[in-house]
Amino acid sequence: MIAIVDYGVGNLFSLSHSLEKIGAESVVTGEKKIIESADKIILPGVGAFGDAIKKLRQNGLSDVVANLARAGKPVLGICLGMQLLFDKSYEYGVHSGLGLIEGEIVPLKDVARGLKIPHMGWNSLHFTDENPIFADVNEGDYVYFVHSYYAKCANSLSATTFYGEDITAAVRKGNIFGVQFHPEKSGKTGLNILRAFAALR
Amino acid sequence: MLAKRIIPCLDVKDGRVVKGKNFVGLQDVDDPVKLASYYSDCGADELVFYDITASAEGRSLFCEVLKSVASEVFIPLTVGGGINSLDDFDRVLKCGADKVSVNSGAIANPSLIKAAAEKYGNQCVVLSMDVKKIGDNYKVFSKGGRVQTDLDAVEWAKFGENNGAGEIVLNSIDTDGVKQGFDLPMLDVICNAVNIPVIASGGAGSVSHFIELFKSVNVDAGLGASVFHYNQFTIAELKKQLKANGIEVRL
Repeated sequence: MIAIVDYGVGNLFSLSHSLEKIGAESVVTGEKKIIESADKIILPGVGAFGDAIKKLRQNGLSDVVANLARAGKPVLGICLGMQLLFDKSYEYGVHSGLGLIEGEIVPLKDVARGLKIPHMGWNSLHFTDENPIFADVNEGDYVYFVHSYYAKCANSLSATTFYGEDITAAVRKGNIFGVQFHPEKSGKTGLNILRAFAALR
Repeated sequence: MLAKRIIPCLDVKDGRVVKGKNFVGLQDVDDPVKLASYYSDCGADELVFYDITASAEGRSLFCEVLKSVASEVFIPLTVGGGINSLDDFDRVLKCGADKVSVNSGAIANPSLIKAAAEKYGNQCVVLSMDVKKIGDNYKVFSKGGRVQTDLDAVEWAKFGENNGAGEIVLNSIDTDGVKQGFDLPMLDVICNAVNIPVIASGGAGSVSHFIELFKSVNVDAGLGASVFHYNQFTIAELKKQLKANGIEVRL
């Protein structure tokens, strides 16, 4: 069973229905016990980093997720949920994240000069390292992005996409996974990614 | 590379898809869930649903339709029509919408754009504008294109961007439903005034209209309704042609 962490930000309708579509059992929950008993965790999120990390902490869920991730449970951060896995973000101030993946979240406008912000739409994936959640995805496949900040990631990068320059599309550090794009909005490619995550052992 | 998006628009009334010509005269087209799945399968990058019902019954029917579509189709869904308050945002987001487009509701209450962007994020707020050339200027119309406002289209687009709209849909009243091509001069003027994604709407009648659009104006997406509903050409065929003309698309 996959626990989709509900901490009061973002719309979890599509995510839970996309898991239902691929036959993966999931529950949308903000309860510590249920998250702890799940096989896997998905950390979703839209909106601003500062607000999200504050809510995650207020609900006492930041420690729960971070501890389970460190203990080896598969965790998938999606969009802002991926960014929360990092050390810190410079979105409207400086905020510390969960510190599970080394790197920081910085404004896209600094690299995507002359390009529209947010980076919104379908962009293609370029793999830089092995990642089991991309088992059924091909180099160059398109996925759906919506973001104005991106992750500068030194050690855990597994895929990039090009927007002004190569920017982080996916990260992986052992059992901890993150995708900047929205697999639940990326058609068949996205469902294949979720299916591969759900099938991890 | 970021792909140019092709977006079918489904006007929904009493649970069915309809499409008018110059906003007047409606014809029944098809079942929204069937149509949405079909479009997603043949390569639509996103879907736009406009709720054109006025009654409370129609509105709750619309929410049911939206839920069914969002449970089956996993590409971005934008919802517009009858969005006048944060409660309206809430109502459609809970039914599976990813983005909400505001039009007359924002004209009546411009602070709605900022309030929604702060609550749901910029990516969620789409400013939809019905634009018509009056003299030498482009003016914004409200109430489904029926009522001329004092708003200058360029200024209104900039206001939207500055207040947190994450995207703009530009619908030309002059070219809507006529199928003679997009309103390139209008699109060009407004695209050059903002730095957020712009979706072109109104006038698509052939593959060459889309090629012309992406070659000549810096828009991010092209929206069409009847060209797709009546199967004049499929989205897959359209995208193949775009690709052959050097335009980046998701195949």
